[in-house]
Amino acid sequence: MAASSIPAGGHGDPTRRDFLMVATGALGAVGVAAVAWPFINNLNPAADTLALSSVEVNVQPIAVGQAVTVKWRGKPLFIRHRTPEEIKEAEAVPLSQLRDPQTDNSRVTDTAKKVRPEWLVQIGVCTHLGCVPLGNKPGDPKGPFGGWFCPCHGSAYDTSGRIRQGPAPKNLEIPPYLFTSDTLVRVG
Amino acid sequence: MASSHGTPPAFNNKVIAWIDHRLPIFSYIEKEYHTFPTPRNFNYFWNFGAIATVMLVLMIATGVVLATNYTPHTSMAFDSVERIMRDVPSGWLMRYLHMNGASFFFIAVYVHIFRGMYYGSYKAPRELLWILGVIIFLLMMATAFMGYVLPWGQMSFWGATVITNLFSAIPVVGDSIVTWLWGGFAVENPTLNRFYALHYLLPFVIVAVVALHVVALHVHGSNNPLGIDPKGPQDTVPFHPYYTMKDGFGVVVFLIVYAAFVFFSPNMLGDAANYIEANPLVTPTHIVPEWYFLPYYAILRAIPDKLGGVLAMFGAIAVLFVLPWLDTSRVRSCSFRPIYKWFMFVLVIDVVVLGVCGANPPEGWYVPIAQLATVYYFFHFLILLPVLGKIERPRPLPPSIADAVLKKAG
Amino acid sequence: MRKFIVTGAIALAALAAGAFAAYGESVSASESEAKPPHRHWHFEGPFGTYDRAAAQRGYQVYHEVCAACHSLSLLAYRNLMELGLNENQVKDLIKDIQVPDLNDDGAPIERPARLSDRFKKPFPNTAAAAAANNGKAPPDLSVIVKAREEGPDYIHALLTGYVPFDKLTPKQIKEFDVTKDDNFNKYFPGHKIGMPPPLADDKVTYVDGTKATTDQEASDVVEFLAWASEPHMEDRKRTGVRVILFLLAMAGLMYAVKRSVWSDKH
Repeated sequence: MAASSIPAGGHGDPTRRDFLMVATGALGAVGVAAVAWPFINNLNPAADTLALSSVEVNVQPIAVGQAVTVKWRGKPLFIRHRTPEEIKEAEAVPLSQLRDPQTDNSRVTDTAKKVRPEWLVQIGVCTHLGCVPLGNKPGDPKGPFGGWFCPCHGSAYDTSGRIRQGPAPKNLEIPPYLFTSDTLVRVG
Repeated sequence: MASSHGTPPAFNNKVIAWIDHRLPIFSYIEKEYHTFPTPRNFNYFWNFGAIATVMLVLMIATGVVLATNYTPHTSMAFDSVERIMRDVPSGWLMRYLHMNGASFFFIAVYVHIFRGMYYGSYKAPRELLWILGVIIFLLMMATAFMGYVLPWGQMSFWGATVITNLFSAIPVVGDSIVTWLWGGFAVENPTLNRFYALHYLLPFVIVAVVALHVVALHVHGSNNPLGIDPKGPQDTVPFHPYYTMKDGFGVVVFLIVYAAFVFFSPNMLGDAANYIEANPLVTPTHIVPEWYFLPYYAILRAIPDKLGGVLAMFGAIAVLFVLPWLDTSRVRSCSFRPIYKWFMFVLVIDVVVLGVCGANPPEGWYVPIAQLATVYYFFHFLILLPVLGKIERPRPLPPSIADAVLKKAG
Repeated sequence: MRKFIVTGAIALAALAAGAFAAYGESVSASESEAKPPHRHWHFEGPFGTYDRAAAQRGYQVYHEVCAACHSLSLLAYRNLMELGLNENQVKDLIKDIQVPDLNDDGAPIERPARLSDRFKKPFPNTAAAAAANNGKAPPDLSVIVKAREEGPDYIHALLTGYVPFDKLTPKQIKEFDVTKDDNFNKYFPGHKIGMPPPLADDKVTYVDGTKATTDQEASDVVEFLAWASEPHMEDRKRTGVRVILFLLAMAGLMYAVKRSVWSDKH
């Protein structure tokens, strides 16, 4: 760094000293890195936060045609018990009409690859700017495609939660979920 | 060695030269921490300035990450600290480093202060350097006190109550001042909140005063165990690598002792009662501050008068401000003061005795012992120091540092 | 310099010895409570670990005895997995526990406990706990082992240190103003303790078949509570060994560097 270096004198063995300096510097660097880790790790989610990162929902009380909203990782989770008509409607849409092409089947498959078309589990956050779309509660406007409708900027989703109209670029996100029994779904 | 005495550095690296031409930080580092001429005869006591600096940095680093998970509210503070201990990744490590770090910061600073007193480092022309040091010490005490309140345990709460009540001893306005300090009519949520804000602020004020302390140090350079000024290049060595390496060694040894406490006995220096959540309706049978405040606490209790005790306690620190003018000795270092040297040890013993008295309930023998030790404390500074400097005959000083070092080496 | 250090060290040592002697004297002089006898604990010392089997038994004692009055509010059921139980075993342990919650309409309900729930409190708040226990709320046990001097020894001594009224000397009865309804404990400050003797032989039936003497129950519950107070102790000690070995190596190297740098100046 600087023009002047370690003062040279007629002492010691310069190779030995260089070796010592390098070894100490290297060990010191290892030490600093090892100390840095707990400081960085400290800001990761805590154990109590992680313990809430998955929820188990009993879907038995949800009647056909109804939906529930559950809070999961700080966001609303939409679980909808679809009617056979809604399923049929979703399956009938050709992929070419979709902005974000996804088959209905692929959106109702759990992490064990089991398909349950009657259960649609998705994160209720509009992919445009993060509003919560309407359509999950009875009486809510469901939009022109019978699914969900975002009141902020008018994005409309179909019965499979796919974007059909408005500014949102993507379909509603499907979280990882697993039916541990016919009535119990674990999300996350 | 030629470069160690004021030759302006030239930088080979073009980027560094470019920056340095506009913002001379590299010249500054080069001048103040590399070639800076430093007396060649430091002993290991001179490590403690560097050690204290490392502890300050460590306290700020751990403190900032702890603050990211702490909640300054009376109903949540205790649990949030325990959540850090249990659920936050590496939280227990950060908290124990911080908790024991306070103690070890004080250990380093107490040794540093003792060194300054023993070797007369406060004497001309280093009076302001010393006074800045005393200011740092005061800021540390305020920071440590407010930090101890944050976990909101029984000792936090009752320590805060007792210490803030000290100000009620001030005539006429005392009670209004205490209410103002509390932001209420007792130590309550507003108090906890302001202590948290100030506990976060003051360490950075300490950093600023430390910077001034270093600036003042580098005007006349360090004192040394002989207490005589360097007379030429033969008396000094460049700061780097001589003292960077020696300080580095000292820091690592100090950290070993610190780590032993953090990892194997983290609660030894603390009080068990602080793991009981604060309860304003139940006073612990025996309120004690952290160990580093015990001598002052003993002085406070030694005087059987409320205002008198408070004045004595603050006086015990205030006297340090005028130390440079109380010492009338012609020489700096106790190495050449055959009588005063022993009184320095007596002072250390006196302070430890005060500490023991502070740790125990003010009853039985502890009361007269604490009173005697308090009297001695002030006797040392106010009478012994000025008088002894006049009558003591110092041993002859060596002609130069180099001379003394080479003679010792044989 | 050497003389100076030696003198200082001797003076400090003498003083420290004196101070500790005075301290010991003051403790024995001012308090009538017996000093808890020291017991050996599995978690003692720089390499000590928790005895998982004992701590699991201790949970059983807590759950079946202590939990009736004492909360353990800082712990969550998921923490029990750190005692060497797997997820299904812990779910099995808590399957009958109902915890208070609110339903979607904000009405209070009881629902089965989940792993992420904190331990259920026996009383909704401190005032209710005090009201149900003659005006004094039973302390939370989450950090109790750290919140008492000589924590593990003291708690074991307290749990086993009850003296029945008919075994008290007339002097004790007079001095501490004990009546038939009071609980006298050798180790509790002031001796009169609100908690009736919580443990007895065969108070619990251990699932692992260990004979449940009072002493065994007390040891087990202390092991459990020690873990509850300091769940990261084992990690802390392991890290500590590594950190200190590293620092020793670093100190050795730094010393060698320092000597080599200074070799022309001595």
